Amino acid sequence: MGELLELSVAEAAERIAAGELSRDEYFEAWQDAAAGDELNAYLWRAEDGSGDDDGPLAGIPVAVKDLFCTEGVETTAGSRILEGHRPLYTATAVRRLGGAGARMLGKTNMDEFAMGSSNENSAYGPVRNPWDRERVPGGSSGGSAAAVGGGLAPCAIGTDTGGSIRQPAALCGIVGLKPTYGAISRYGMIAFASSLDQCGPLARNVTDAALLLDALQGRDPCDSTSVGIKGGIEAPSREDLKGLRFAAPVELAHDAIEPGVRAVFEATLARIEELGGEVAEAPLPHAEHGISAYYVIAPAEASSNLARYDGVRYGMRSGDGGDLIEMYETTRAEGFGEEVKRRIMLGTYALSSGYYEAYYGRAQKVRTKIAEDFAAAFAEFDFVVTPTSPSVAFRLGEKTDDPLAMYMNDFFTVPMSLAGIPAISIPAGLAEPDGGGPRLPVGFQIAAPAFAEQRLLEAAYALEQGIGFYSKSKGGDDG
Amino acid sequence: MAELEAVIGLEIHVQLSTKTKMFCGCSPSFGDEPNVHTCPVCLAHPGVLPVPNEEAIGYALKIAAALECEVAPRSIFHRKNYFYPDNPKAYQISQYDVPIAGAGRLGGVRIHRAHLEEDAAKMIHLGGSGRIHGSGASMVDFNRGGTPLVEIVTEPDLRSAAEAAAWARLLRTTVRQLDVSDVNMEEGSLRVDANVSVRPAGSEALGTKTELKNMNSFRFLERGIEAELARQRELIGAGGTVVQETLHFHPEDGSLTPLRSKEEAHDYRYFPEPDLVPLAPTEAMLREARESLPELPEARMLRYREEMGLPEDVSAQLAADPETADYFERVAQAGIGVEFRVVANWVTGELTAAQRQEDPNVGVSDSKATPEALAALVAMVHEKKISHGSGKTVLATLVAEGGDPAAIVEREGLAQISDSGELESIVAAAVDSNPEAAEQVRAGNGKAIGAIVGAVMKETKGRADGGEVNHLIREQLGL
Repeated sequence: MGELLELSVAEAAERIAAGELSRDEYFEAWQDAAAGDELNAYLWRAEDGSGDDDGPLAGIPVAVKDLFCTEGVETTAGSRILEGHRPLYTATAVRRLGGAGARMLGKTNMDEFAMGSSNENSAYGPVRNPWDRERVPGGSSGGSAAAVGGGLAPCAIGTDTGGSIRQPAALCGIVGLKPTYGAISRYGMIAFASSLDQCGPLARNVTDAALLLDALQGRDPCDSTSVGIKGGIEAPSREDLKGLRFAAPVELAHDAIEPGVRAVFEATLARIEELGGEVAEAPLPHAEHGISAYYVIAPAEASSNLARYDGVRYGMRSGDGGDLIEMYETTRAEGFGEEVKRRIMLGTYALSSGYYEAYYGRAQKVRTKIAEDFAAAFAEFDFVVTPTSPSVAFRLGEKTDDPLAMYMNDFFTVPMSLAGIPAISIPAGLAEPDGGGPRLPVGFQIAAPAFAEQRLLEAAYALEQGIGFYSKSKGGDDG
Repeated sequence: MAELEAVIGLEIHVQLSTKTKMFCGCSPSFGDEPNVHTCPVCLAHPGVLPVPNEEAIGYALKIAAALECEVAPRSIFHRKNYFYPDNPKAYQISQYDVPIAGAGRLGGVRIHRAHLEEDAAKMIHLGGSGRIHGSGASMVDFNRGGTPLVEIVTEPDLRSAAEAAAWARLLRTTVRQLDVSDVNMEEGSLRVDANVSVRPAGSEALGTKTELKNMNSFRFLERGIEAELARQRELIGAGGTVVQETLHFHPEDGSLTPLRSKEEAHDYRYFPEPDLVPLAPTEAMLREARESLPELPEARMLRYREEMGLPEDVSAQLAADPETADYFERVAQAGIGVEFRVVANWVTGELTAAQRQEDPNVGVSDSKATPEALAALVAMVHEKKISHGSGKTVLATLVAEGGDPAAIVEREGLAQISDSGELESIVAAAVDSNPEAAEQVRAGNGKAIGAIVGAVMKETKGRADGGEVNHLIREQLGL
């Protein structure tokens, strides 16, 4: 049975299609694995997993971030305010996976309303990093990343608003892809920041991520901003990087990065050259303002998106002994956690009459500038590369009292979100954290122009083969 | 002190009669059981997204075309944020700085803009005044929530309450002919709010305005504006100043009271709706809207006056009632060689009165008296085959039973007395039997002739031509 869990999703799907592997047997093996969750990765696990759907993912178990609505299955977004909420419908992304034959293995823990970079903002307790249980898995899709990295799921879906797929993927040593904004429907994905939120796969290798992306992507009449990816996605097969040009932004590469992360990043650049790729420094002059713009735009949209949680129609209600305003206030005071409240306050302020132009208006201008920077870079280069996160996984509680330090986790991932372009994080090696200790995974981020997911996956695949990280067993620090 | 001139602008909400709501697939309804036309989208469940209603956009474009508005190539939806139970998302999707329709005109009044938005749910306040303030409890009916609305805003071009009401009627007739709304003020599918201010006559500056709401008939609209103008004139006359506020009209006694605002502080924190893309009508959509326009009241009135020679008041009356006007045109086109103004008088006068007498719930256009029958009847009167009085008798039969006027004349023996010898002897007898009246007429009292005419008509059962009878009486009296 251990052998079954070692199969990649692509391999398992192939065996199932060939009739060499029973869908139920495969699913049950993963159910057993998920049942051993000691990471607090799951908020809910499927009890009955039988099914007879056909399709490219027939019988493949997928862990689903608890931000996706699932009909009849509690969906909390990691928040107390939605405790017990059973949606009346299923998110398009989850339905598309089901349509491809996949089965939902469980719902995964997350930072409340996807706000956080450590999973410590969940109302249902923090998730532990599979590599070191005293450390965070990253966030906000920390449950999905820990489940895949910790052998509790073969693959998962998450959401990425400013790095919420890529950063936890990096910290848990797996692959995480944020597709182009509009590639996958947002219908049924509980909104955090609507102009940035995007669903994407978390997987153990690039090929599995591609397989999931192909099933997930597509235009959805229920989401006016969805367009899909023309031609779909095929399994990547490229073996070298010959003729491809990689830009390492001058501004990003020299910020406060842990020495260990920097070493892995530079070794990866060298690996790219070994594989025939070309690496050069390129300017991305406005990217360093990404965090500032992001922490205006995302909270502004969140303040509006989260206003519907008022205790009237669903979820938690408190204080209904008083008048309407008292019920609103008590419900929201008790139902939301600290970080969510902080961002609602920030966003409400940024949109206020008299401050709109100075904050929201200016942040949107920065966003446009960042998109223009990327467009200029892609005129000369095929990809832009950065470390995914400035550090390896940090200790639980290490940054909870310092929101700004926490926000800096998104430094490398936010610019791509603001530009709406696809970016993937792949495991690039291991590094010792600042202050010493066992070595931990380091992610390498590759970004591509909008809707160039196929090219991005080809390059990531070639580099993944070159690095050979996936062959290292979990936690096995073989030097 | 100079005379204070009224300055009035109107804000009109037109509820569109589309098959589904503005952003979801629910059917809008009036009068159904509460909360049966709802779904996760219009109840603002977590994760849902709005999808614009194409039919509503088409309707808005028709209104824009009818009001000769400029159409924005890319209009933007915004979120208007406020907490209230009639607004489950806690924001209304509306248009803000770039509405679908810009400057236009109707009936000499400039249109400032027209935009698309969604209606709020309906609140029912129990106990107290029927308004939320002081009520014991409130209930929400979400059937109406999300119904498409077009809000039309005029420039402050109206100068009296009567003018405002007349213009609002013209707007209603115009929109009704587009077949995009029921435009029923009692049922709320047409809501007219008024912005009212006064200023010294001849001044160009605008005074402080108040906004009047809840006038659910044209009569109330006029009365509300009258009352507010009187209040403002009195206030200023006494040395006071007008405070900008919203006033609620009470139809029971015609009074106005200040309305509590929906939120303590009026800051709607507008920002572009990230869930929707800009609304960019295609050339084909614009053409279809233009080409679908029927002849609108203003054009019809002009044509009746200029081309058909109808008096101004009859032209206006017919143009405001398109169904009756269409009926008139069918009679006019029957080629009976009768002046259009005579035909119009028959339709707006005799036929309308006869139909009202027969059944006030049936309009002229649905009368059993067909346009062809009326044309034949008018021709008979014109050709003096029957008297005008007999014509009215036949018409009463036509609206009651339908049928052919010639056959009714035959059956009832109403054909005019054409034998002049027979009529002369009847006249002579009438003069003889009314010696007093005959003496008075001879003495110069023209009115006294009525008694003799009456006697002739009684004898002939109305089959004599009134002009001819008058002529014969005066001849016999030697006048």
